[in-house]
Amino acid sequence: MSLTRKDVENIAHLARLAITEAEMPEYVDRLSKILHMVEQLDAIDTSSVEPMAHPLKGQVQRLRADEVVDSDQREKYQRNAVRVEAGLYLVPKVIE
Amino acid sequence: MTELHHLTLAELAVGLKARRFSSVELTQHFLSRIERFNPALNALITVTGEQALQAAAKADQRLASGAATPMTGLPIAHKDIFCTDGVLTTCGSKMLSNFIAPYDATVVDRLSQAGVITLGKANMDEFAMGSSNETSWYGPVKNPWDLTKVPGGSSGGSAAVVAARMAPASTGTDTGGSIRQPAALTSLTGIKPTYGRVSRYGMIAFASSLDQAGTLTLSAEDAAMMLGAMAGFDPRDSTSVDAPVPDYTASLDQPLAGLKIGLLKEFFEKGLDEANGKLVRDALKVYEALGAKLVEVSLPNLPLSVPTYYVVAPAECSSNLSRFDGVRFGYRCEKPVDLLDLYKRSRGEGFGAEVKRRIMTGTYVLSAGYYDAYYLKAQKIRRLIADDFERAFGEVDVLIGPTSPTPAFDIGAQTDDPITMYLNDIYTIGANLAGLPAMSIPCGFLGGLPVGLQIIGPHFAEAKLLNVAHRYQQETQWHKQIPAGYE
Repeated sequence: MSLTRKDVENIAHLARLAITEAEMPEYVDRLSKILHMVEQLDAIDTSSVEPMAHPLKGQVQRLRADEVVDSDQREKYQRNAVRVEAGLYLVPKVIE
Repeated sequence: MTELHHLTLAELAVGLKARRFSSVELTQHFLSRIERFNPALNALITVTGEQALQAAAKADQRLASGAATPMTGLPIAHKDIFCTDGVLTTCGSKMLSNFIAPYDATVVDRLSQAGVITLGKANMDEFAMGSSNETSWYGPVKNPWDLTKVPGGSSGGSAAVVAARMAPASTGTDTGGSIRQPAALTSLTGIKPTYGRVSRYGMIAFASSLDQAGTLTLSAEDAAMMLGAMAGFDPRDSTSVDAPVPDYTASLDQPLAGLKIGLLKEFFEKGLDEANGKLVRDALKVYEALGAKLVEVSLPNLPLSVPTYYVVAPAECSSNLSRFDGVRFGYRCEKPVDLLDLYKRSRGEGFGAEVKRRIMTGTYVLSAGYYDAYYLKAQKIRRLIADDFERAFGEVDVLIGPTSPTPAFDIGAQTDDPITMYLNDIYTIGANLAGLPAMSIPCGFLGGLPVGLQIIGPHFAEAKLLNVAHRYQQETQWHKQIPAGYE
């Protein structure tokens, strides 16, 4: 399957990635090549196969009680943010 | 006295216990080698010299007080995918080039608790996506065996730092071969344990159903020691397996008489360099001499592992990497006009080309109308591949074959074609898809470049793999070779 420029623009939008004009032809070409390689899978009949979601048989992801187990470390965590104020993360205005 | 950097972890541990040298002396020795060799190799992104010497002084006290573990006082490097509290943790990306981890990964925490010293953080392919360490925002890592060659990837820095004897061991992660392939290309012993054996908590996620942490060391004995200190149940990783960790060092010497080794027909077919294949066959003769029996087995669906992987891994990556939004941590673009612009440009500018390719591939295969055709299809074929392995392990104890189709290639040789680069992992990806433990050990040289032998086992057979690797290393000297200039 070959992707068009419009396909790639749409995918980039869904993925929230800004792709420059200059980069675009390369992504169209290489993503098409990757999908073409993946098409080998179409030749296999999988109608009676159960999809595999976990690499270990019989293992399921554990659940835990929704309880507070850690202390508040907001200040430490917010040191990694580019813009914070009064304990809040700042972004461009969303609501007019 | 033998140079300290010629010694394995096991040998260094003996020296520390006997007080022949202190942890501070040992740490200082490796820090000075880092200072000397790292500028040309680019293997470490961050060197934590001061903290390392402080931790070494504490380890010396612990050694003197008799409260030491087998790992106390030994210095190592961590792949820069593991969060280290208070230390820059970049994952090889511009996106995290300003990220000071606010906590330790469980792997880091366990090793620190055991008294292990962290020398620094190793370079890697960006977000562990690559097989040559060329996608790192911090630049490519050079292979100590030949500076014009790649060291493999994604744990390329972890491999180069040990191969150049700037550290006696390092941590790595393996999603499709990222420990085994660099180990093969730099003449090291690398192990990727069973999925769920080592905690993924604090290990920056790439593809969560495939990622697993392991080690790069100078011997199987060292891998047994270090893995034992890392492995085990962690309630903070929901896929961590609650099963006891055996003493991997206890079974290293078991005889191999009667061991059934499966030779994967598909591994010796297309794509394998002929001379490379001969070295693998020579290694099999060593095993025959030790009493092992060779049986040819076929995994008919194995050739589908590369296309299957390149649906499953990008899908999981696109989901995992959605957390990098330019708001709470990581890179943020200049002067965003609105929130959408902030997201798009922070991500567009913060991620490199290979990461963006995989995010977009993953976004596409998960998108409405394509999910069944790509993602569900790949999950089904993943089951067929896992079933093939299960059948094979009904007949044989371990599978042995090549790790990588060729020795180390030239820096820049494969960067233009993602598919060629992806095929470097043709022999390693299967174990990740099936969640199996697998190792690479040195088995010879081609034109002065190392070649690796891969050993794959059934789930939780790490002790057997290490035993099989160790017995080979008792008979051969390949793992003891040091690249010229680093003696």
